[in-house]
Amino acid sequence: MMDDLKLKSNPGVNLKTEAVNLYYGRFQALRGITISIPHRSITAIIGPSGCGKSTLLRIFNRMNDLIPGVRVEGKVELDGASIYEKNTDVVALRKKVGMVFQKPNPFPMSVLDNIAFGPRQHGVKRAAELEGIVEQSLRQVGLWEEVKDILMQPALSLSAGQQQLLCIARVLAVGPEVILMDEPCSALDPDATLRIEDLMRDLAQDYTIVIVTHNMEQAARISDMSAFIMMEEDKAGVLVEYSPTAQLFSNPKDKRTDDYITGRFG
Amino acid sequence: MKSFNEKFAEVVFLIIAFSALSVLALITVFIFIEGLPIIARVGIFNFVFGMTWSPSHGEFGIFPMVIGSVAVTLGAAILGVPVALCCSIFLAEFAPAKISNLIRPAIQLLAGIPSVVYGFWGLVFIVPIIRNYLGGPGLSILAGSVILAIMILPTVISISEVSLLSLPRLYKEGAFALGATHWQTIRSVLMPAAKSGIVAGIILGIGRAIGETMAVIMVLGNAVAIPLSILDPARTLTTSIGIEMGYASGEHREALFATGIVLLIIIMILNSIAQYAARKR
Repeated sequence: MMDDLKLKSNPGVNLKTEAVNLYYGRFQALRGITISIPHRSITAIIGPSGCGKSTLLRIFNRMNDLIPGVRVEGKVELDGASIYEKNTDVVALRKKVGMVFQKPNPFPMSVLDNIAFGPRQHGVKRAAELEGIVEQSLRQVGLWEEVKDILMQPALSLSAGQQQLLCIARVLAVGPEVILMDEPCSALDPDATLRIEDLMRDLAQDYTIVIVTHNMEQAARISDMSAFIMMEEDKAGVLVEYSPTAQLFSNPKDKRTDDYITGRFG
Repeated sequence: MKSFNEKFAEVVFLIIAFSALSVLALITVFIFIEGLPIIARVGIFNFVFGMTWSPSHGEFGIFPMVIGSVAVTLGAAILGVPVALCCSIFLAEFAPAKISNLIRPAIQLLAGIPSVVYGFWGLVFIVPIIRNYLGGPGLSILAGSVILAIMILPTVISISEVSLLSLPRLYKEGAFALGATHWQTIRSVLMPAAKSGIVAGIILGIGRAIGETMAVIMVLGNAVAIPLSILDPARTLTTSIGIEMGYASGEHREALFATGIVLLIIIMILNSIAQYAARKR
């Protein structure tokens, strides 16, 4: 398979967790998650609603920190360095690990200001440099031709699909290694969904993408690796199976995976 | 078909709702009927920009009071708005629930203190401080501004806080996910996004300051002259009415009503701007 070849040509591991437990106060949301996410590939996280897919995704850029009472145990590494140390620079981490959300969330400012937001906060001041970054990021997501004449218009006047592409461009403008996507197409129509999926395949040449999706066809279409998560009796999410996508969907090792992908529950 | 009872209740509520509106209309009409003749006689320009207020000599220029109102209100905004904004940002973004649940009712309590108490406190506390440390009579624009700055805090704080809290969570998450710090997120995303609500809060605060009478009478000195420094006493449009209405008659009384017209128009303009700002998103 082409996907397998691609994995072999990029054997490095970008993100890794080892025996991670996550608690919201007393409630355990994830248990014993051990997963290694390969460099420059797309990894899909699938599973029934409420099983902790998004929570797992948000471990990688420490977005869970925003919720009071969250506790993470175990090891999480980016490029071999633990990211849950006392002295971890969370700002630097989030520059390396960007995130795209379920609902497109451009800021209520112009198209240009949205893309320039990240670089500006990180100290890029020269207008020429900023404009260069803006154009390059928009070209990368294939939005440049559509918006080059309306860069000063409010980003919220774009269509939902364009807004989501804009949000991806906004992440690229910061220069990440990893892009986390939390159901990025669930609020979009089929055309826009297709456009984002094509873009993800392109981006996977240069970036490591981790996507949470409800849509199993989408996971099967675009991802190289798939992780199936589900809740145990006490509602804590566990990683049931993690394999190359083709294998997980055609020949699952675990009965529960089989039941889920054939639609027997979830 | 609606039953008779339903219909009856509806009509009763309608009448009561409109009676509130009709009171507004009554007051407005009354003030205009009482005040317009003198404006017509003196001329709108001479009335608003006239430098001399001497009712016993038939001179009705309210410009010193206009300047007094503007100066005190501006002073209140300069002193009060930054404090209020910091406070609302703290409450909306930084304060743990325990602390904000303590501060929020305390600020609401500020709104409940009668204005005469503010005035009294200003007279015995603020005025002597200004007299002893900065000079002048103490009864001054600065004293009025300090008191009004405190009085507008609850309005500006609560409206700003609500507009910050009502922003979609996704703005904040989006900015954090791009590696912005908390402060960068507040400054570059949340404040601009909440701008319309914050502006509305500030303007409503200013409207409150311009309309305040009792507290200002007690600390402002009430001299009818154009103040040359913030340590000079001054008189505002409201205090002018408050002080003189008790004994005014004839043209003098009409001139005070005309002052009321000017106030009413200023406050209507401010409220319209606030509503416009709040609606714009």
